[in-house]
Amino acid sequence: MADDKKKPEELANISYRLPEKSWMDTPVDFRKGTYNYGAVAEKAKYLGLPHARKWQPMDADWQLPENWKEIILEGMRERLDKFRSFRIFMDICVRCGACADKCHYFIGSGDPKNMPVLRAELLRSVYRKDFTAAGKIMGKIAGARELTVDVLKEWFYYFFQCTECRRCSVFCPYGIDTAEITMMARELLNLVGLNIDWIVTPAANCFRTGNHLGIQPHGFKDSIEFAVDELAELTGAKVEAPINKKGAEILFVAPSADYFASPHYYTLLGYLLLFHEIGLDYTWSSFASEGGNFGLFHSNQVMKRLNAKIYMEAKRLGVKWVLGGECGHMWRVLHQYMDTMNGPADFLEVPKSPITGTVFEHAKSTKMIHIMEFTSDLIKNNKLKLDPSRNDHWNVTFHDSCNPARAMGLLEEPRYVIKACCNNFHEMPENTIREQTFCCGSGSGLGTDENLEMRLRGGFPRANAVKYNHDVYGTNLLLCICAIDKATLPPLMEYWVPEVDVGGIHEMVGNALVLKGETRRATDLRGTPYPEPEPAQSEGKEVAKDV
Amino acid sequence: MGIIISLVAVIALTLVAWIGAGTLGLHYLFGVIIPYLALAAFVFGLIYRVVKWAKAPVPFKITTTCGQQKSLPWIRHNKLESPFTGWQVFGRMLLEILFFRSLFRNTKMALKKGPRLVYGSEKYLWLAGLAFHYSFLVIVLRHLRFFIEPIPGFVMAIQNLDGFFQVGLPIIYITDGVILAALVFLFFRRVINPKVRYISLAADYFPLFLIGAIALTGILMRYFEAFKAELIAVKELAIGLVGFSPVVPEGLDVIFFIHLFLVSVLLMYFPMSKLVHMGGVFLSPTRNLANNNRNRRHVNPWNPDVKVHTYEEYEDEFRELMKAADMPLEKE
Repeated sequence: MADDKKKPEELANISYRLPEKSWMDTPVDFRKGTYNYGAVAEKAKYLGLPHARKWQPMDADWQLPENWKEIILEGMRERLDKFRSFRIFMDICVRCGACADKCHYFIGSGDPKNMPVLRAELLRSVYRKDFTAAGKIMGKIAGARELTVDVLKEWFYYFFQCTECRRCSVFCPYGIDTAEITMMARELLNLVGLNIDWIVTPAANCFRTGNHLGIQPHGFKDSIEFAVDELAELTGAKVEAPINKKGAEILFVAPSADYFASPHYYTLLGYLLLFHEIGLDYTWSSFASEGGNFGLFHSNQVMKRLNAKIYMEAKRLGVKWVLGGECGHMWRVLHQYMDTMNGPADFLEVPKSPITGTVFEHAKSTKMIHIMEFTSDLIKNNKLKLDPSRNDHWNVTFHDSCNPARAMGLLEEPRYVIKACCNNFHEMPENTIREQTFCCGSGSGLGTDENLEMRLRGGFPRANAVKYNHDVYGTNLLLCICAIDKATLPPLMEYWVPEVDVGGIHEMVGNALVLKGETRRATDLRGTPYPEPEPAQSEGKEVAKDV
Repeated sequence: MGIIISLVAVIALTLVAWIGAGTLGLHYLFGVIIPYLALAAFVFGLIYRVVKWAKAPVPFKITTTCGQQKSLPWIRHNKLESPFTGWQVFGRMLLEILFFRSLFRNTKMALKKGPRLVYGSEKYLWLAGLAFHYSFLVIVLRHLRFFIEPIPGFVMAIQNLDGFFQVGLPIIYITDGVILAALVFLFFRRVINPKVRYISLAADYFPLFLIGAIALTGILMRYFEAFKAELIAVKELAIGLVGFSPVVPEGLDVIFFIHLFLVSVLLMYFPMSKLVHMGGVFLSPTRNLANNNRNRRHVNPWNPDVKVHTYEEYEDEFRELMKAADMPLEKE
């Protein structure tokens, strides 16, 4: 990996001094460790993407199609007519600078083009030149500039240095959303075959096998069964985990990392244990074996193509409604796009908890609810027996993932579940949580090894807040409800706050959940032994926390 | 660079009016024709912009949520930061438009030794922005007394309120001082804050100088004997313009024509500049849409047909493997 030799003190020595020269005259520098590799042609072809070719960003010649400029400008015109957001966000920015120091990449790198306003100006300058009278006539004075290959390279670099986390849009007086601008820019880049591999390959895999990792049906089944066996060892519970079961009441969709990566895996164990304990009539699907959607980071079309399988599968299996696991960008798609793109889901029923009878009216059209909504409802209705002391070895804090926070407003449900399952919970400083939460620094397809330096920089604000909690409260576990977080926060913590581990909330649920007839568990879901109870204390007394 | 260009432009515009209306005496051109043209450019330009925005569809409901969603009944829903109904959206928009809610959240980041990142509250931009916009609004409303006879009660009320302190003769309007102070702050913030200076274009300085020059000429005419405008003549011109029977009365000084010309320039410049944020803020999709996506389906008028991968294709590819793994199949 590129710059992993740089010590944290060095990396945190960030200069916010601005260059003398105007940003328009500062060419982009593809520095190792700060960009992602180009898409593999074969995968791009599988998805039928335009101008697929063997290509890398460090190449001098990007082998652009001959009429690339025409393609981009035409693509821009099309999108200006199709997205009001795009047109308005191109027109109304006053460059007040409120967004400037809100971006984790700017905070972590000091690179002025990572200020959201300048990131947008990279595109806006071309918009002015080709789509506004002032820009056509006055050129540079009006902030307009010609679209050149260098500008295109700059777009590629900086629009794949935005994680679409939307933190800046919280502070913008006009609600300008850089994620939306980045999405447009990435769509434009895609038109001339400029993609990154970490987005295109998972998307192609997902299209074919149903999940980003390319796990085939039997592999999926193996993974789930492995978890079932492990639960039997850890808890003695004989858990059932039906796959592709027709006529089940609920289809459960989780991000694929949950059954293939760590520490996601402990969250999977938590889900399985929970569903077992409440006797939920549900099914997994090998075809819809991915809740995440890397199409979101590519284009609205690919997003729609990948998302389609969820409703298709719900229909085929004949379930009543859909439940979704812990994932961030997955929920941006499910909450803000799925119903519009692939709905209406009129063949499903309004989600109703079979355990509590609660009808989730707020999801009556999409017919899909978040597992935090589901579990918090179970706890509120006293349907779970929880022993939070089983998480006493953890001193936890909660990282709001960008999308559930800023695209859903899912803020209290996870906190409610955490408080029911953990005795030691402390919030991070207020400017770093809830709607102001900081990105992990690796979202939107940027979590690659080759991009590690940029990820560590972008994750610095989050890690720094965790460090504060670690120093003040002794925090040793960072909880999150996002698969990308669970994959990318561990290396981030290892670098900045090595004393802190990462976990999911349903891992905490799984630990705390007292199964019927269960007395004592020898280890937590990670296999860490609990201390032997002292003989004097009344053994087997379960402390169900009253919430 | 942008500062100099903008400053030169405003000075040049002032000279144009000075020479045109003062030296050459083109009172009708500067008093009637240009203001009419400017007004037309403003009205049609703004309509053009708004129609262009409004014609572009809103394919997706992409609300930026800044508070708790409406979900379970026992979880307190934040109605203004994560609105669920149209009225709640209305409330959110009122907060944005009347009180600049989002800007009020502004913070300032600093990297301290440790390394430790700290975030402090930063309300000056919000305060100056609010002060500027409200002063501007009051000043525009106060000017209605020139255009309407008899002067409407609300205009008198605003005027009295603005002169609340009853200081000076003529009574000093609070907003005259506030708008100048706000403009000075906004200008120096742009120049002194390195980040803001770096992102600033000529198009950011020009409106500051232009509006500053308009305010200054107005203040000169009101408070300084040497520049005093003949109010009766001004009103005669204004009433004539409004009634489409323009006359240019005697007794109007060159400073008045400079003031009027700069206002005309502002009107013309408005629709083609960043100043259209005045209209755009109402249409911003991250703020003016309800966060009820899962409750009410949002329709995309151009929802594209896309190639999907069906379960049948999937099973066809993996049937043997699924069979071997004892997984249920549609076709054996």
